[in-house]
Amino acid sequence: MLVYPASFLNMDFVLLGITGKDFVIVAASKAIMRGPTIIKAEDDKTRALNNHTLMAFSGEAGDTVQFAEYIQANIQLYTMRNDTELSTPAVGNFIRGELARSLRSRSPYTVNLLLGGVDPATEKPHLYWIDYLASLAPVPYAAHGYAQYYCLSLLDKHHNPNIDLEEGMKLLGMCTDELKRRLPIDYKGVLVKVITKDGVREVDFDNDKVVRSA
Amino acid sequence: MSGYDRALSVFSPDGHVFQVEYAMEAVKRGTCAVGVKGKDIVVLGCEKRSALKLQDTRITPSKIALVDDHVCLAFAGLNADARILIDKARLEAQSHRLTVEDPVTIEYITKYIASVQQRYTQSGGVRPFGISTLVVGFDKNDGTPRLYQTEPSGIYSAWKANAIGRSSKTVREFLERNHQEDMDREQTIQLTIKSLLEVVQTGAKNIEVAIMAPGQRVEMLPDDQIEAYVKSIETEKQEEAAKKKTARGSTTTAAILTRPGGGESTD
Repeated sequence: MLVYPASFLNMDFVLLGITGKDFVIVAASKAIMRGPTIIKAEDDKTRALNNHTLMAFSGEAGDTVQFAEYIQANIQLYTMRNDTELSTPAVGNFIRGELARSLRSRSPYTVNLLLGGVDPATEKPHLYWIDYLASLAPVPYAAHGYAQYYCLSLLDKHHNPNIDLEEGMKLLGMCTDELKRRLPIDYKGVLVKVITKDGVREVDFDNDKVVRSA
Repeated sequence: MSGYDRALSVFSPDGHVFQVEYAMEAVKRGTCAVGVKGKDIVVLGCEKRSALKLQDTRITPSKIALVDDHVCLAFAGLNADARILIDKARLEAQSHRLTVEDPVTIEYITKYIASVQQRYTQSGGVRPFGISTLVVGFDKNDGTPRLYQTEPSGIYSAWKANAIGRSSKTVREFLERNHQEDMDREQTIQLTIKSLLEVVQTGAKNIEVAIMAPGQRVEMLPDDQIEAYVKSIETEKQEEAAKKKTARGSTTTAAILTRPGGGESTD
């Protein structure tokens, strides 16, 4: 069995997730890097799995998109076969199962994920932190990569589960400001998507704000 | 028994594969399904078996199934066989999206369904699918309505309007007489229901209708709307019949028609 140590995985990407009263914000950095080189600066590291569930991914190049689209196809197949949409927790557990199976195969996927969704009936937000070792944790906010080091403490201090979208976006702004201040990598800004009971939509986000280092 | 209808993959001396022909017989015994293409929509109509008193109609599966968001399928024949075939088609539709990042074309998925059906006529230990299907929908970024038929033998063909299942011949002949080019939405739905009424005596409650338009999800016509169509078609038919009778100038029938109360009077 070949399992990469966590340090083997790319860490120079940003994945952030923030839940609020009736929404989930998912932000993913737009850069694809290979060593010191930026190959693409307008990447979308997310896939919508159904009307109200979004997955953001990062990790080994190639594995990420391959795995995400495999999950996407299977979720859509389930919807076609059973004429029902899977809930976000159900999708989360399915992904965990697939990752756990993959982990014990000859060539496991090395993909880290954030899964966000809003139940259209109850309007309750769900956010899951998933890593390539098939951990699955429901969380109120989440980060993958180096962003963890800079943002989790901020989110811990300022987050509460009843914030509205405006406050959520402000919180995201604090996180990206901190990343600009402290992270010595240009991740080319983040792509921000918001999930509400009405579905998934992309929102404008000011990535050009200049933040002075402390 | 001649023995040539035992093993599936064996021809009879005069070139028949009997099991396949029996499968087509099973199709003829299935409830009727109709597909009609309009100018920019395509409509599927199905005869529904009347539900028993204690049956829960809400969760009894329909004869119209979605293969993908843009592909709809109706079948005639053995329901249980259809379930398996539809599942294979759904899997292929999703698998196609995953491998080439495009939804299937209607022709592609029809060809796939037909090739599965063909495979089950040429290998040992299996039995052919006892179903014919009508596959309808729209290709990606294309407003042309598509309608295909598949048969147990694995034949597939494209149509402007067609019927399968019980009394399909009667319905097809009706369609041949009444189909026009470039029908609008109303006309297409009307023709679908009208053609089904040729063989469905019990009317609106035994009909289901699915409508597909380019770039949109399938629309199942609500029961009350089907009922409205059936009513308008029936009154139209009665008026026509009345006109014919008066034209013939028969005094006796004319007298009956002008009698107050009409057909509603009881005795």
